Amino acid sequence: MRDVVIIGSGPAGYTAAVYAARANLNPLVVASSVEFGGDLMNTTDVDNFPGFPEGIMGPELMTQMQKQAERFGAEILYDDVTSVELAGSIKKISLGNGDTVEAKAVIVATGSAYRKLGIPDEDRLSGYGVSWCATCDGAFYRQKVVAVVGGGDSAMEEATFLTRFADKVYIIHRSESLRASAVMQQRAQDDEKIEFIFNATVARVYGDELVSGIGLVDTVTGEERTLDVSGMFIAIGSDPRTHVVHGQLDLTENGTIAVAGRTSKTNLEGVFAAGDVIDPTYRQAVTAAGSGCVAALDAQHYLESLPHDLTAAHHSA
Amino acid sequence: MSSARDVTDQNFATEVLGSDKPIMVDFWAEWCGPCRAVSPILDQIASEHSEKIDVVKLNVDDNPETAMKYQITSIPTMKVFRGGEVVKTVMGAKPKPALEADLAEFLA
Repeated sequence: MRDVVIIGSGPAGYTAAVYAARANLNPLVVASSVEFGGDLMNTTDVDNFPGFPEGIMGPELMTQMQKQAERFGAEILYDDVTSVELAGSIKKISLGNGDTVEAKAVIVATGSAYRKLGIPDEDRLSGYGVSWCATCDGAFYRQKVVAVVGGGDSAMEEATFLTRFADKVYIIHRSESLRASAVMQQRAQDDEKIEFIFNATVARVYGDELVSGIGLVDTVTGEERTLDVSGMFIAIGSDPRTHVVHGQLDLTENGTIAVAGRTSKTNLEGVFAAGDVIDPTYRQAVTAAGSGCVAALDAQHYLESLPHDLTAAHHSA
Repeated sequence: MSSARDVTDQNFATEVLGSDKPIMVDFWAEWCGPCRAVSPILDQIASEHSEKIDVVKLNVDDNPETAMKYQITSIPTMKVFRGGEVVKTVMGAKPKPALEADLAEFLA
């Protein structure tokens, strides 16, 4: 039996692992088989994580966090959680390899998943010109014209990154004001290859085998038009990834896992949640990391509060 | 990183298109995180089903001709060839059970 199992290996999961490991809780991190390290694995320069004045590459940052957790005894498992039983004093976590792990406390740090536009042919053309990851797919758009959909930091970052390869990058945003931070907006606006199209939504994506264009609707006039592009990168935010805890943990109206006040405590004793999966607002690497710390400390206090015999059980186990 | 052997623009025709056995090509690049994540899983599938299917990898940066010919716009992309034709395309890094399900017809 484990003291604590952490589900997820982004900044929240690994920070929780660092704190739990330093508290001698010997945490097991179920890191996922192909998405370990979380969203930052698909980014390039991270310039807003404190402590790195020259910036750091996202995958490098996550590798460092992992090493830091392992240094204090955290165990990392590259597998996926297929189901959980979170009620009761002993939690059960089932894994892709068929094993079931038991734990006294669980920290859910499953992050979020990219949001889709929800338009016809989006799925069919996914991987054939429709993408959610400029750093993964940008290099295939050398000297092409592409569109980025969205108005937040990630849209600005994707667009700026894509100018390394593409001849022209449209940023399509549904309103007139961007949500992106001032520095990211400025960088995009100063870029000669980037052109903004405001007050427009994407209603269609066209293409037989590969994307050839997108259909835009002006949100003010209702006017429709087609834009010839070879690629469409979607950066319209993400949704909390809660499917594995559905029906067991209470969710908020935003779809995030509900926690009590400033804590990480869910509706179930011994189950804590951290990072983007509880955060409808900020969703930054550093806020996720802070949230992971909170969850580890809450889990530690919970374990200390358990009746002594249950605590003793793990020392002999 | 991976035990699968590399194929190139130069030997693609003989190695892949001329293969007797179904052969899966993993289109990848050094800078692609998800490619690195899925690579060991493909190795496992290759070693567990070596009598059914061959697995090779093609670096899209070093071999742009083949990547372009097969219209690769997202990696990792895995394509299964049989008799010189693409018979299956799997896109993106997926957990092992999901990949095995996608490839079931070639592993059985």
